[in-house]
Formats: sequence, structure tokens, C-alpha cells
Amino acid sequence: MKYFDHAASTPPHQDVVQTIAEVMERHYGNPSSLHRAGEDSAKLLRRAREVCAQALSVQPGEIVFTSGATESNNLAVKGAAFQYIKRGKHIVTTTVEHPSVYEACRHLELLGFEVTYVPVQADGRAAADQVLQSVRKDTVLVSVMHVNNETGSIQPVEDIGRRLKAEHPRVLFHVDGVQGFGKVPLALSESGIDLYSLSAHKIRGPKGTGLLYVHSGVKLFPQLSGGGQEGGMRSGTENVPSLVGMAKAFRLAKDASEANVRNWRLLQSWIVDEISGIPGLVLNSSAEAAVSAPHIIHFSYPGMKPEVLLHCLEDEGMAVSTKSACSSKISEPSRILLAMGKDRETASSGIRISLGDEHTMDDAKELIHALKAAVQRLNGLKGGMK
Amino acid sequence: MNNADLLMLRFGEITLKGKNRSRFEKAVLTHVKRLLASFPKARITKEFGRLYIELGGEPYGQLLKPLTRIFGISSIIPVKEVPSDLEMIQSAAREYIGSLPLKEGTRFKVNARRVWKEFPHSSQELNKVISGPLLQEFPALKVDLHEPELEMRVEVRQTRTFLYSKIIPGAGGFPHGTNGKALLLLSGGIDSPVAGWSALRRGLEIECVHFHSYPFTSRKAEEKVIELAKVLSEYGGAVKLHLVPFTEIQTAFAKEGQNNLIITLMRRAMLRIATKLAEAGGALALVTGESLGQVASQTLPSMNVIGRATELPLLRPLVMMDKDEIIALAQKIGTYELSILPYEDCCTLFIPKSPTTNPNLRIVESMEQHMDGLEEMIELAVKNTVTMTLTPESAARLHEETESESGRQSLSQSLPEREESEDETIPEKWF
Repeated sequence: MKYFDHAASTPPHQDVVQTIAEVMERHYGNPSSLHRAGEDSAKLLRRAREVCAQALSVQPGEIVFTSGATESNNLAVKGAAFQYIKRGKHIVTTTVEHPSVYEACRHLELLGFEVTYVPVQADGRAAADQVLQSVRKDTVLVSVMHVNNETGSIQPVEDIGRRLKAEHPRVLFHVDGVQGFGKVPLALSESGIDLYSLSAHKIRGPKGTGLLYVHSGVKLFPQLSGGGQEGGMRSGTENVPSLVGMAKAFRLAKDASEANVRNWRLLQSWIVDEISGIPGLVLNSSAEAAVSAPHIIHFSYPGMKPEVLLHCLEDEGMAVSTKSACSSKISEPSRILLAMGKDRETASSGIRISLGDEHTMDDAKELIHALKAAVQRLNGLKGGMK
Repeated sequence: MNNADLLMLRFGEITLKGKNRSRFEKAVLTHVKRLLASFPKARITKEFGRLYIELGGEPYGQLLKPLTRIFGISSIIPVKEVPSDLEMIQSAAREYIGSLPLKEGTRFKVNARRVWKEFPHSSQELNKVISGPLLQEFPALKVDLHEPELEMRVEVRQTRTFLYSKIIPGAGGFPHGTNGKALLLLSGGIDSPVAGWSALRRGLEIECVHFHSYPFTSRKAEEKVIELAKVLSEYGGAVKLHLVPFTEIQTAFAKEGQNNLIITLMRRAMLRIATKLAEAGGALALVTGESLGQVASQTLPSMNVIGRATELPLLRPLVMMDKDEIIALAQKIGTYELSILPYEDCCTLFIPKSPTTNPNLRIVESMEQHMDGLEEMIELAVKNTVTMTLTPESAARLHEETESESGRQSLSQSLPEREESEDETIPEKWF
């Protein structure tokens, strides 16, 4: 099977797998224990933190390890909202955030917070001006993702961050960076970003690990109470082997980033060209570097349930995705595509192709070949399906 | 501004020092060069008594932090460079201002200097012809010649013109090592790392000494001191750390039954050991983090009795500072978070209920004379001292099964050096 669903999860790097196995076998001590076994685990953890910090060009003390991006996003959004509740109860975000930000905001609304959801334009991008204009006196947090997980559209987070810090220095700025790391450059520490979420398994690391960058001086109300690990922001015994594996994965992803991006851009522009020539398919993403991340291509097949196309492609040995993996089992129109102004039919029939390190032009050709065959097969049936 | 072409480094006090100036500048140059090793495209040049780092495309954001840690540099200025041609200067100024986030009513002034007298416009004229178009294009700017928030500086030289506005304060002080060497007593608390930093800032090279009482103190306390020494090495390049086994001496004092004097006795023994290490390493003073009146051993009578245990000058950079000021400094230099980790050092053990604030020198001296083998224990502690050299890059050590205690070198085996070697670090292949 050819796997084109890297935005959902990636095959872990062989070196990462091996590292995790070795650390798991040899260093089982609890990093909080005072004996040597514990101390050694603590050292591994410290080194892992340093390596992660280096990959982001930040300080080790600014890294909080978590169980993944969902937790990082929850900790950022709710943790900031609760910690700074005395400053106000208003949050600014966009209509196209990942559910772990979007639903966290919805839950905060139930608790009496007000949330402004800034709409996006047809290309899936929010206007920085509009985000800035939505900030009020009682705003505590602005949360905008870097790269959208469905369409790959890039949000102007550097611009938003710089202007936010110039105009409203007290308002915190959170960026969900999960789909951006290693794909779209981001000057983290120079863009006024206070909080930044990452996940390991999107960049060939292990599942169940992630991190939240917390700019020094920023406090968060912990979501997990307990033994005070991670500077009290995230209690729970640290997952040492996976965190070491994550650090390695971040380093590898950063090192490989330039070459990967160059390769993805080539494949992406070719695939986008091909898809735009297939009758019946509608592109929702572009190959323009300023607008779209290099590893995602998104299109719709209006009038056809996306699962049908997905299964046809699977018969040809190609794995792609409908909506984002987290919600792909429900056949509802995509909130993201609706927010971009797509009609209901287009929004209900989205297919995402996402590229990985291993893909070559030959893979892309096979994929397009399979796609053409599947669409040809299905075009005849379309009328009768409804 | 995110696209500086070069960084201008200005020296502080050292420019006052007549004959020594070139030695000091050379010391700064050495540090800057070492830093630039990881930024291969950047080049360093010296011109008219200033240092310039020609960035060659390197992002200056990443260079900035380590640069602000090099003592002897008073300020760092990101500079945009253009040919000395009026139109190009004007357009660069426009681009420069355009890249800044401007708020309404920003108080603004242009400060131009014609260094190259052949340039057709005088400094005064330049101010006008540069600021005029800027004020038209950016209505957010408001001229204020006396208290500008944004001062656009323009220096016209023969070969090129510099534009800059942002002046980033450097670390100040004297270049590392230009004022000799001292030995720092590093406890792991908040004060001593700050004292070490103060010594470094004054141009002292430092070695650190730490007293541990394993098994009464945990190995984590030792690790914490290693981490603290690593932070200091970020300011001083490489730092030697001497780890002195203090258990035997400490328990011997505890057995004496004069509990209220135990801290006094311990501190004196520490100074004696430190003095021997200082002499062996060519250090001419001891540095401590003492602050007057802070604890029982830091009252004036205690300082008097304790200080007599050494003939070396005792430098106490924090002696007249308030705790709040010390904490603020610790936070600034990056040692505070480590210092507050809750591992005990040897001074917090065996703490008597009421340590004396006014020890009697005669009694203390007579106790020391009557204790069996104190001198020998001090000699032994010096002999069994383990020394390691730390740099900011030093990896943490892992206690692999293969590492035995004898793997650590001690003073008795010729030179007390211990470089961090590959086999006792965490396998880097894991990262």
C-alpha cells in the first residue's frame, strides 16, 4: 500500500523506534526518584528537553512535555483562560482551528467565556487585520493555527504575533504548530508567540507525546493536578522513552526539512496540476507557497460520498484521507470547508492527500493514475447514487 | 528590523584603559570568534575601534543571545548597510521604518552623521532630506528632537552608510580573564552562582569548588551544581568544577558536641580546602556568595571568625545587596530556576537549632587544635577532590553500569583534570 495520509500520522523513523526500545529497556527509573536509576531517567529527560529546545531555537525551560497536541492545545487554551481570568474572559480564534482548540473554546463558552471566531477567506486564510480588530480590552488569548490540518492553508501567524505584541502586549498568543513544523518556516521566538503546540507522531515520532512551548514568564493553570512534574504545569510521570524518541524525531525532521520541502513542492505542484485537469474534481488547496503548506493537497468530488472514492483508491493500493482523521468516520460536511465558503456538496466530499519524506515522483504518478481510474469508474455511477 | 546586514559591537569601560585596551579588545575578539564558529557565513571585522560582525545572511536573532553574554561588550547594534548614495539611503530608511510596527504618534527623529566629509550633504542637511519623505509616508511618526522613542541614526562613511535605531544593551564589564583568576565557592543556592557571574563580569576567570556530603546529600545536589557551573560557563567559555568530599569532616564536627559552632567550623574548613585548591590552580582570591546578615554564618562577627581561616583575599560581590536584588539577578542570568531545585547541599544538613551569630575566635581555634586528625582530613579531602571541565555543551553523565568510582580522576593522580568523555555520557545516538 502507498500511504498518502501523513497529515494524520506518519511512519515512525527507524532510529526513533530503536531509541525508544533501548531507552525503555534500560532506563525504567522514575525521573523523580532520588536513586541513580531515577537520576539517569531525569538526565535523559533533560537532554530530550535540550534537543527539543534546540530544534525550536528556544530555552529548555520553555518546553512542557505533554501526551500530544490535543493536550498541548487544551493546556494552552484552557490553561491561559483560567490563569488570567482576572484580566478578562474573551478569546479570539478562527473558524478553522483543529477540534482540540475549537472544542476547548466551546467548552469555555459553557463556562461563561466569550469567544470571537474570526472567519476565513476563500483560500482558507484569516486576515491578520481582522484578528487584530477582534481583540478587546478583556481579551486574554488569541489562538491561531499555523497550518490547517485539512487544507494545508497557512495562517499569517508571524504577522499577527508581531502586531499583537506591538498593540496589545498583555494578550497571550497561542499557535497550534502541529502541521507546520518542518514544513513551513516559523520564527518562533521573534513572532510574539507565547504558546506553541507540537505533536511527535506527525513528524515520524511516537504517538502519545507532544510538547507545548511556554514562553518564559507565562503561567498556565494546570489541567492535570498531581506530583508537580513539568514545572507544575503538567503532572504525571514522564514518558521517558517516547520523549527521548520525540526529541530525536524533531531533530531529524528539522534537519531533513529543507530537502523535504523542496521535494514536496515539486510533487505538490505536479499533483495539483493533474487534479485540476480531472473532470468532476474541485481543488480546495493551491500549490502557492505563500498560501499552502507543501505537504497537503485537498480536493472535493462533489456529488460523491468521499468514502466511496477513498475505498476505490484503497482497492488500487492508495491510502488517502477524508476530512481529518480524527473526525473522518462521521459523514458530515467539513466545518473548515464550509468556513471557506464552499457549498454543502463540496464541503461534504473532501479528500486529502498528504505527503511524507519517502514519496517520489513515481509515487505521485501512481496515485494520479489510480485517481483517474477511480473517478472514471465512479463518474458513470454518480447520477444513480443520489 | 529583521534583515540586519551587520552587528556593531561597542565596548564599554575598557575603552578607558589606556595601554591595556588592545589586550582587552583582543580578549573580546577571541570570544566573539569562538561564538561565530557555528555561524560560518558571518565574518568579523575591526574598524575605527569598533567590532563589526558582517552577517553574510546569518540570522542575527540567534546570535544575539550569546552575544549579550560576552563581557566587555557594552552594546550591540543591528545595522542596515547601503552604498553612500543619497537616494539609496532614503529608500533604505523608508524600508527600515516600514518594517517596524509603528503606533500612532511615535516620537521620531533622524540623527545623521557625515563621517566622510566629501559627501555632498552635511549632517544637518541629511537630517532634513531623510526625515522629510519619511514623515510624509508614515503619518504615525511625530517629530520630537528631544525625547524621541525612535531615533533613526545614519552614518555616512566613504565606503558605505549605516542605518540603525535599535541599541541592545550588552553584558558590560571586563572581558573574561583579563583581571586574573579566582576560586568560587559554589553551593547550589541562589547567591553563589550570582557571585560567580559578578566575578566573571569583572573580568575574572573562575574555577568553582563544591563540597558534597554523600550519602547525606543526594547525587542530584551534585548534578544541580554541575548544571549551575554549566550556566556560568556560558559566560566564561569553560569552567572547572572541583567536587570535594566533605562527609568525613562534617561528621567529625558533628561528633564534637558543640552544635552551635558547627557551621562556623565547617565554613572555616571549607575555606582552608578552597585555599589549597586555589593555590594549586593559580587563583589569587576566593569568591563567595555571602551577603551581610543573611544567615548566622554571614553576620559580621561570623565573617570575621570564618574569614581568618584563609590568607587569600575573600571577594564577596553580594555582600551589601538585598536578597530581592540577588534573586532578580539570578533570574536574569538564568541560574534561579536551577538554584531553587529542592536538593540539600551539605550546609543545610546538621543545621543546629540555634547556630551562633557571634562565634568566639579563641574557642573555635582551640576546638580545631584539639580535634584529632583535622589537618589530615583536610589534606585527604583535597586529595580526593574530583575535577571536571564544563562547557555549555557538556552532556549530562549517565551512571552506566560500567562506570566505576575509580573512573573519576582525583588530585592524587597527577593532574586533577576530567574532561567529559564519550563513554560516560548519555549515548548521543539516542538523540
